[in-house]
Amino acid sequence: MEGNSKLSQFQPVKSIFEINREERMAPGHRACAGCGPMIAVRQILQSLDVKPVVISATGCVEVTTSTYPDSAWLVPWAHVAFENSAAVASGVEAAMHALKVRGELKEERPVIALAGDGGTFDIGLQALSGALERGHRMLYVCYDNEAYMNTGIQRSSATPFGAWTTTSPVGKEWPGKAEIKKDIMGIVVAHGTPYAATASISHWKDLMTKVRKAVSQNGPTFLHVYAPCNRGWRFEPKDTVEVAKRAVETRFFPLYEVENGRYRITVPVAKPRPLEDFLSLQGRFSHLLKPENSETLKELKSIVEERWSKINAAASVQAQV
Amino acid sequence: MSDPRVRPVGPYPISQGGWHEGGSSKAYVTNDWRLEKPVVDLEKCVGCLYCWVYCPEPAIDLLDRAGKGPSKVRIDYDHCKGCGICQQVCPPKAIKMVPEEEEVANNGSI
Repeated sequence: MEGNSKLSQFQPVKSIFEINREERMAPGHRACAGCGPMIAVRQILQSLDVKPVVISATGCVEVTTSTYPDSAWLVPWAHVAFENSAAVASGVEAAMHALKVRGELKEERPVIALAGDGGTFDIGLQALSGALERGHRMLYVCYDNEAYMNTGIQRSSATPFGAWTTTSPVGKEWPGKAEIKKDIMGIVVAHGTPYAATASISHWKDLMTKVRKAVSQNGPTFLHVYAPCNRGWRFEPKDTVEVAKRAVETRFFPLYEVENGRYRITVPVAKPRPLEDFLSLQGRFSHLLKPENSETLKELKSIVEERWSKINAAASVQAQV
Repeated sequence: MSDPRVRPVGPYPISQGGWHEGGSSKAYVTNDWRLEKPVVDLEKCVGCLYCWVYCPEPAIDLLDRAGKGPSKVRIDYDHCKGCGICQQVCPPKAIKMVPEEEEVANNGSI
C-alpha cells in the first residue's frame, strides 16, 4: 500500500490515559486465570485507535477465545489452521489492497497475524518466511509462552535451555531441555524486514509503542512478545506480570527493536538482577537451583550472557556509525 | 440403492457455515473459577489504570470510559477469575484479595 495512508502516522504512547478505552476483547473467554498471552493480546488491541483485522493461528488464544458457540473478539477476526496465519493475513492484506486500488475500501485497517511460539517457531515458520519475503503490509505477533501449553506443556523450539516440559522431563538422564531457544528475531531480521522488535507484557508502554510503530511501517513487521504461562511454567497466577518483568531485569529476555537492520535496545538493563531471581519463581526451573544441576545452571547463564552481549554489540556498533 | 459405499453424485448441499456475534462470550460467566476475589478501596484508588492494562479478562470496568484522564475502577465479578494480578500491579495497593465467601460491603465497589 502507499506510504501516505492514514495508518502510516506513528505516535509513541506517552501516557496510559491516551490509549483507547473501548474494549476490543470481551470477558468470558476460557483462558486460565492469570493468562499472560491474553494480557499481550489486550495490550496490543488497546494500543491502536483503529480496529485491526486479526488472524489467529491455532493456539491458546484461538482455542480459548472462540470456544463454540462463543466469540470473545470485538474486532474482525478469523482462524484457519495452525501453520498458515501469516498466509491468511497475507491474503487479507492483498484483498484490502485490491479494494483500495479499486476505490472500494471503506476504511483502512491494520492486519495483525497472531500466533503462539508453536505457530511461529515450529509450525508456521515457512508461512511466516513467505509473508516476510513477499512484503505484505502486516504485523506478525508471536506471543511466546515457550511451549505447547493448551495440549499439555510439550516442548517447542522456543522452550529455553534447561526448562522442564512434559516432553523434556527432568531426571537422572536429562536436566530439562537440552537444546537452546531458536533465535527467531535473527531469522526475521535476515529477511530484511523493515521493523522487528521484542516486547514483554510487563512493559506495556514499550509494547504499545512498538505495536504502533510496527503498524505504521509500509511492509511486513514482526513483534515477539514475552507472555508467561502460569500453568506451564509452574508459578502462581498472580505472578504473571512479575515473572515477565524479572525476565527483562535479569537480561533473560532483552527488549530491543531492529529498524531497517539497525539494532536498538529499548529497555537498557545496566545492572542485571541475578538470574536466580527469575528462575526461583518458576517450578519448571526449580531443578536448576539444586546443587547437582549447577553445571546446567552455569551453561544457562552463559547462554543468557552471550545472547545479551550479541544484541548489545550489534546495538552499540550501530550507535557509533 | 442405499449402498453406503456409493456416494451420491453432487451437487452437495454446502453448509453456509456460521459465525457468532463478536463478544458473545460475555454471556458466559466465569465467577465460579475463583477462590479469592479482589476488592477495590476507592479511597486509595488513584485511577492509574494499571489493573485494567494488566487484566487478562478484562474484568475491570472503568467508571470513566469516555474520558482521557484518571479513572477509578469497578470489578466485574461475573467474569473475574481471581488471578490476583490487579492486586500485584496496583501502585497505591488499593486492591486486596479476600476469600470468596467473605461478605464485603457493596461487594467492594460503589
